[in-house]
This record gives sequence, C-alpha cells and structure tokens, in this order.
Amino acid sequence: MMSEIVIHTENLTRKFGDFVAVNTISFDVKAGEIFGFLGANGAGKTTAMKILCGLLSPTSGVASVAGFDVYKENEQIKENIGYMSQKFSLYENLTVRENIRFFGGIYGIDRKSLKVKSEELIQRLGLGLEADKLVGSLPLGWKQKISFSVAILHNPKVVFLDEPTGGVDPITRRQFWDMIYEASAKGITVFVTTHYMDEAEYCDRVSIMVDGAIAAMGKPSELKKQFAVENMDGVFLQLARGAKRSE
Amino acid sequence: MKVFFAFVKKEFWHVIRDKRSLIILIGLPIVMMLLFGFALTSEVKNSNIAILDFSKDQATKTLVERIDQSQYFTVNKYLDSENEMEGVFRKGQARLVLIFPQNFENDLSKDKKTQLRLVADASDPNTANITINYASAIIRDYQNELNENKKLPYTIEMETRMLYNPQLKSSYNFVPGVMTLIMMLLGAMMTSVSIVKEKEMGTMEILLVSPMKPIMVLVSKAVPYMVLCFLDIILILLMAVYILEMPIQGSLVLLLAESLLFIITTLSLGLLISVNVNSQQVAMFISLVALLMPSLIFSGFMFPIENMPLPLQVMSNLIPTKWYYSIVKAIMVKGLSFEFVLKQTLILAGMTVFFLTIAIKKFKINLEA
Repeated sequence: MMSEIVIHTENLTRKFGDFVAVNTISFDVKAGEIFGFLGANGAGKTTAMKILCGLLSPTSGVASVAGFDVYKENEQIKENIGYMSQKFSLYENLTVRENIRFFGGIYGIDRKSLKVKSEELIQRLGLGLEADKLVGSLPLGWKQKISFSVAILHNPKVVFLDEPTGGVDPITRRQFWDMIYEASAKGITVFVTTHYMDEAEYCDRVSIMVDGAIAAMGKPSELKKQFAVENMDGVFLQLARGAKRSE
Repeated sequence: MKVFFAFVKKEFWHVIRDKRSLIILIGLPIVMMLLFGFALTSEVKNSNIAILDFSKDQATKTLVERIDQSQYFTVNKYLDSENEMEGVFRKGQARLVLIFPQNFENDLSKDKKTQLRLVADASDPNTANITINYASAIIRDYQNELNENKKLPYTIEMETRMLYNPQLKSSYNFVPGVMTLIMMLLGAMMTSVSIVKEKEMGTMEILLVSPMKPIMVLVSKAVPYMVLCFLDIILILLMAVYILEMPIQGSLVLLLAESLLFIITTLSLGLLISVNVNSQQVAMFISLVALLMPSLIFSGFMFPIENMPLPLQVMSNLIPTKWYYSIVKAIMVKGLSFEFVLKQTLILAGMTVFFLTIAIKKFKINLEA
C-alpha cells in the first residue's frame, strides 16, 4: 500500500534579494514518517521550515503540506500542523493546565473535548501533582515534553520540531524520542531539525542541507554506506566541509 | 471569538501573576494622584515671612497681623537690622522680608504717603512672584480701607473672577495631566513590553504558526491592556471626584469615550514600538524616553506651550498627549461639549490610524523576513 504523501516540495526556492536562502529543494515526506532535516547553521533549514509552516511564501517552486498549497492555503496548513521550536515555548507564568488549555484554545479545540484531552494528557505525562504549578518551576526536560504534547494536542497531520532537544541530558532526549515514535505510530508525520547526529540515526529518513540546497537524502543506513563512514557524524562532516557559507 | 477569549484570559493571568505589572497598573495611578493631590502642589501656602520693622507703630502692627493671619504667610522672624536679612535668606528661614521704614504711620497719616519694601528670595522665581503678589494684595486691601471714606480723584474698581476654577485648585490642572501621562505610560509601555516578551520567549513563533490570524494575535494582545487602561481611567476619575473633590463638569460619557480613543492611540504606539524592537529593555527604554519625556514636556501640563520658542510649539502639535490633555481639560474643567473638542478628537483619531497603519505594515514585513 502506498502511503499518503504529506509534505511535497519541488524545486522550492526562496531568495532574499540576491541571497538564495533555499535553492531548488525537492523532497517528499510520507504520512507517519520521521524526517530529519539536517544542516549547519545558516544552511537554510529555518527558512525552508518557515515556508512549510505557512509563515513565508516561496519565491518559486512548488510545495504543499497536508495537501494544501503553501502559496494560497496557508490558513489551512496552519490548522493541520503542530510546531515546537528550539526556544522553549510555553508560558512560564501559566500553570501546566493553563498552558494546555490556552494552546488547545487557539487551535480551536472546543471547550468540552479540550477539558477531556488536557486531563488525559496530564495523566499520561504523570503530571497529576504538578498540573497546577507554574511551568517556570519545572525542569527543562519536562517543559519540553509538555511543549511537544501541546504541539500535537490537536492531532495535526504534521508536527514541525525545530531543534526540540537543545540543552537537555541524553536520558531525557531518549525519552523525548520515545514520544516522537509514539506520535509517528499514531500516523503523525514528524519533521525534525537537529544538531545531534545520534538523533539523526533515529530518523526514518534524513536530508542534509548545504548552502541552501539538499546535498544528500536517504535512510541513515543508506547514507552511511554511500559515504563509507560508520556514523551520521561522518556523513555530516564530509558534506558540511564543502559548505561555502557559514553564519 | 472563542480563541480570542482564551487569549484574553491568558493575558490577564500574566498580569495578575506578575507583581511588577500589577504594581504599575494599580499602584502608579494611586501614588501619582496622591502625590500630586497632597504633596506636589504648586499652590503657595504658609510661606515664611520675616519682618524688619523700624517703626513699630499701630499701622505696622495691624499689617503684620493681617499678613500672619492670611493662609499664605506665617510670620517667622522679627529682624532688628538689614544685616540680618542675608542670613535669613541663606538659611531658608523666610521667602520674603517685609521692611517698614521709620515713622511709617506718622508719614501715612500726615503726608498721606509712605513707603515699604518687599525683598523676596527669587532663587525660585515663580514662588517669589506669587509671594510678592499675595503680600501686595494684602497691603493694597489695607490701603483701600484707609481710603474708604475719602473721595479719590480717579478710581478704577477692579472686579476679578476666576472662571472654571474659582478656588484656584491645582487639582484642576494636574488630574488631566496625570490621566494623560499614566495612559501614555501604561498603554504604550505595557503593550510593547508584553508583545516583545513573547518574541523573546519564543512563544510569538508558536502563536504565528497557529491558525490564529497574525493581526488577531496583535489585537488579542492589545485588547486586555485596553481594558486595564480603561479601568485605570475610572480609578483616577473616582479618586479625583471623591478624594480630591474635583467635579467633572462635562459629560462623563464623552470623557470616557475620548479616553478610550486616547487609549487606542497609546496602544497603537505600543504596537509600533513592539514591531520594531526585539528586547524588553529596549521597548521599555523607548517608551520612557521617546514617549514619556516629550509627553511630559509638550502636553502643556507642566510647562505652558505658549511660552516655548516657535519651533518647539510647532513640534508640540505632533505629540498626542497635548491633544488628549486639552480634551480632558475642556470636558472635565470647562464642561464643554463634543463640538468644542471635535478638532482635537479628529487629530487624535488621525494619529491613531497613522500609527496603526505603520505598525501593521511593518508587522507584515517582519513576518516575511
């Protein structure tokens, strides 16, 4: 059975004046897939991600997310995606429960099911005792788990994770990835950028951007074979060494 | 609409949990009103006056008594020689010295003519002027009494009336001023800081990728502050009427409507700041220095605009607070109706539209970058 294609891009390009931030990139991501989007700082990852989130329109090329066109249908795109950024993204002086309710609310989840869903989530995360504490008082790892859960609370087709595990310890990172697998098993497509190459290994497929273009793409095992190296670190270093632009 | 309410609720939580913003919102208006109402008054009362009396007769005694009894002066010291004057001023024991020459009463009754001298400490020119005027008025009254039974060759009888503020209360001047300044400070600073905070924290990104329209994000951020500012206006008016006993002469509805307009003006300035800066400190700095300072100087509240050099007078027209201040004074103090503040209202409305348009345009450009 062919899986549905959830993210589709073809020769997607974005220029800022003379600067080509994203240069004719093409890829497809299937439903439920965990797609790692790698690249050095300044390679164009964030710009590409902004286009796919409906924040930025491309200069040329084709792109659709969840079946909606990024040029015209960004409202519909926004309804079908979740987003979590490298900056920690909950309100510190709101409680866990209030944060969940608020973000559920702005995604238009109606009050009744929001109540049920938020209680469910609090139980699932084992935060029964902390639900009424201010988020600011929780450890970073927990905040990130809550952030992620909030990003997929409205059952989006795709969730975009922009360096979600920055600054947390390896154990928490591992737990975080368990949550990602869980979401993917439920059919949510995961589009994740990361700097950690061990995390790249966890992805179903990765693409590596260099200077705005995609330099390599495929399953981690295939890429390692192709570049004849033992781990993703090696792949990344070989590609990134050729980069002309850096920050 | 549901989304909007969720947002407003969240914003109130922010304010209520942040002690600093609560203090600013509620404490600032109360403190400013009480300060201006009871401590920082420009009325000159109970000034110390020293007397140097070389005559020591019935007439000088009467005059000194009258001066002492008036609410403006307290006789503080009796001097014996002119040498002592310097010391009295230096030590700040008196603002004014009244000097009677020898044979004051004698000259007055025989020659129908005498002199006295008022020496004031003019290191504070306004107060010096005011005390001189008060003292002269008391002396003039005394002179008029002496002349009562005699026909003077020419008399101009003056009858003065202090319109709109017969008791010359300074609250009539500062209540509108305090309203203007507080709205400027709260509206612009709190909105801009709260939006920039979302940028700093990274929550702005999350809001922008949500299905909420970007413009709605801005509107939902601004509306809670509009409500809070409006509550502050009501708080200030209640204090003005019940604590400072300053009546609202004109229509309350009109005053509140104009205040709402001004709040929107300040909020749009806040939005304009927030789309241009990325850190809370800068937002606060700009609100204080670039908005509050000119507002203070050019509103006409502290310094009369008519006395400024022409270029500054022209510049004052660009400051929104000037127009709101004049509206509030017209309605609250003079009891004027809408047609008399139409011009100011239109100018404020025009400024608001202008600020909002630029802010929204800039916001859209930022989204694209």
